[in-house]
Amino acid sequence: MATEILMPALSPTMEEGTLAKWLVKEGDTVSSGDILAEIETDKATMEFEAVDEGTVGKILVAEGTEAVKVNTPIAVLLDEGESADDIETSSGGDATKSEQAPEPDKPAAQQPQAAPEIKAADTSPDWPEGTAMKQQTVREALRDAMAEEMRRDGDVYLMGEEVAEYQGAYKISQGLLDEFGPKRVIDTPITEHGFTGIAVGAAFGGLKPIVEFMTFNFAMQAIDQIINSAAKTLYMSGGQMGAPMVFRGANGAAARVGAQHSQDYAAWYMQIPGLKVAMPYSASDAKGLLKSAIRDPNPVVFLENEILYGQSFDVPDLDDYTVPFGKARIWREGTDVTIVSFGIGMRYALEAADKLADDGIDAEVIDLRTLRPMDTASILQSVKKTNRCVTVEEGWPQPSVGSYISSVIMQEAFDYLDAPVINCTGKDVPMPYAANLEKHALVTTEEVIEAVKKVTYK
Amino acid sequence: MTEERAPSLHVPAPSIRPGDDPDFSHVSIPRAGEVDRPDPATPPEEMRDLAFSIIRVLNRKGEAVGPWASGLDSETLLQGLRDMMKLRIYDARMMTAQRQGKTSFYMQHLGEEAISCAFQRALRKGDMNFPTYRQAGLLIASGYPLVKMMNQVYSNDGDPVRGRQLPVFYSSKEHGFFSISGNLATQYPQAVGWAMAAAIKGDKRLAAAWIGDGSTAESDFHGALVFASTYKPPVILNIVNNQWAISTFQGIARGGAGTFAARGHGFGLPALRVDGNDYLAVHAAATWATERARADLGPTIIEFVTYRAGGHSTSDDPSAYRPKEEGTAWPLGDPILRLKTHLIALGVWSEERHTQAEAEIKAEVVAAQKEAEAIGTLHSGRRPTPRDMFEDVFAEMPPHLIRQRHEVGY
Repeated sequence: MATEILMPALSPTMEEGTLAKWLVKEGDTVSSGDILAEIETDKATMEFEAVDEGTVGKILVAEGTEAVKVNTPIAVLLDEGESADDIETSSGGDATKSEQAPEPDKPAAQQPQAAPEIKAADTSPDWPEGTAMKQQTVREALRDAMAEEMRRDGDVYLMGEEVAEYQGAYKISQGLLDEFGPKRVIDTPITEHGFTGIAVGAAFGGLKPIVEFMTFNFAMQAIDQIINSAAKTLYMSGGQMGAPMVFRGANGAAARVGAQHSQDYAAWYMQIPGLKVAMPYSASDAKGLLKSAIRDPNPVVFLENEILYGQSFDVPDLDDYTVPFGKARIWREGTDVTIVSFGIGMRYALEAADKLADDGIDAEVIDLRTLRPMDTASILQSVKKTNRCVTVEEGWPQPSVGSYISSVIMQEAFDYLDAPVINCTGKDVPMPYAANLEKHALVTTEEVIEAVKKVTYK
Repeated sequence: MTEERAPSLHVPAPSIRPGDDPDFSHVSIPRAGEVDRPDPATPPEEMRDLAFSIIRVLNRKGEAVGPWASGLDSETLLQGLRDMMKLRIYDARMMTAQRQGKTSFYMQHLGEEAISCAFQRALRKGDMNFPTYRQAGLLIASGYPLVKMMNQVYSNDGDPVRGRQLPVFYSSKEHGFFSISGNLATQYPQAVGWAMAAAIKGDKRLAAAWIGDGSTAESDFHGALVFASTYKPPVILNIVNNQWAISTFQGIARGGAGTFAARGHGFGLPALRVDGNDYLAVHAAATWATERARADLGPTIIEFVTYRAGGHSTSDDPSAYRPKEEGTAWPLGDPILRLKTHLIALGVWSEERHTQAEAEIKAEVVAAQKEAEAIGTLHSGRRPTPRDMFEDVFAEMPPHLIRQRHEVGY
């Protein structure tokens, strides 16, 4: 879809300005952050950057034009495959619009959003079509991801409780001590807050630590170091010192480990500016995303799941592949309803979709894979097709990842909805121990099916 | 058999409160020069006594005496004096600026200038401090521009951290000054981790951690000591015991247990206790600890014994919880006065030259202040641009932040 580029406001009170100079011309390809134009007011000159990528299809306001009103379309950005002939601007899109009478009482900040719309979903394959696949468990995939990255970069190291001699409480680090030795696979004393602080310092000192938490429940103790130090120091130091590192481990409920060991932190970490958050379901994504996380210059929270560790999936038989952050995976295409999930929630989502197909309901199932950045474009694109959405996660309802997704859909695709979005979550209680109670406390496939039937009015 | 009794809660309290006469008779102070200086390679268990005395070099007459007198040349000492004077004058100007509304908050070093100023002189370029609130002398002694510090305090358009941090939360990677954390003590394990990274990489840089007496109660402190003790990286673990954590006296964090330095003994770490108001003693102890670190002998704990002569911050009035005269009664004296007396005794300094130096430094500070204020202060002039507000959240700005920046008009 062609995107209009609007005249930006340099300040909350700016109403109009001069389009001093175009730094791109029609036909140029631009990507996010490229300087498009110089804008002048009586107070200042500013370089105006592209938000999205695309091709400059048409320049609507010539350079040198004075008194261009804020939010006037000044150019049109085309996506791949679009032609300048298709351009049809919603608001007339010519420079004469800027000569309309000003609205002096209305500050620019309150006018409709100056930024272009969210870009289209990226549906490119993660690896070349026809790539040979092999069966691997999530556990093996995570181990291979770490081993490959540790071979690739001598600054990457792993630390945590039981990661070396014992090869991980869940055997994720099998073979790593043998291959990389005790200086790169480090057994730590039992102090999550302590070793997280150590790793944050090591990251500031030039290494790329992978911190394994035996489970993320224990990372509660270390959350000050994760949020207040790792996530914020790049910002607080004025860009001088950042923490390129990965915090990983089992997250969410396992089985019969009670209230303190069964918590899903997806919604917690997803809220923090400065952190990236991944929560893979399949082995191929676990591997590709962990490799991306280790290479990322930002701190990444990588949420695994104990129950998924032993599950096998197809994994591409490639020497090196990564999965990008912020790109969802569509596991199943459908037309009647969009089911959005991530991590172990995908089990319920996919099971529900299978059973719903028997009832003639064709569900599209989206695996978000990363929660920050979140591929809302894929969700919106799907919801605009199906007009209904159900989210699935094991975490608690207030606020859940699903409640954020609901708000995005309401703001960006309200008119497309034929039913309210339903969030399937865990029950709002600490996890009980007894097997029957535990099952009740978690989200179930039946609840997902019921929710889908509700939103499809079946 | 001992008689059973109902338990009683022991609440440590300072010996004096406002209205009482200052009394430091409980602070046992050895004569200058009295404490041995063991070889840095001595096993920690053979020098435990160092954690219970106070290493001092300058005596009452201003002479440098004993095994810790390092023979620093007079030029270095004069520079040290100027560093401390600059820090004190800078503090005074910023305290006034806060009263004038040019910033919202300030924290001064009054009485503690020797510690950070002398310590910095024992470090090399590339070494990294993980400081807390009263170590701006590390910056001043490393030649960091005053005007940049003021820009940070004023949060103006020249602020190197772009209006993102509270006043005095300086940050300079180049000058070995890690970003200050308002959550106390987090920097302590980070310093140990940074030093572990140096050890893993095999480079020769060392880290210096800084903490106050009150914050040693944080679990960060204890976690850091566990790691320092286990992995023995090149780190110096400094504790600045200035007697007061805002209104809470040091006995609350320490209890009745020995000294803060002695906390290191449980971890098998060598621990020094040093006169923090004695420039030469601070420098000598820092040098000893850096020698250990650079010889791969591991971490050292140093407790600097000093006194916070001013309030905790501009939001604090110490007269509510301690006698006003306590600062002048502090038995270790004033660090600037003591070094000045020493330099006069050496014959390289005089009252006249001191007065002249004071005027010169004041002029330098005032000039920097004018330069900073020409850019702006908290409420006037050029402030940091909202354009920068969205940068450095992530290493690369994600599209939604570019969008939000456009929405606020940038």
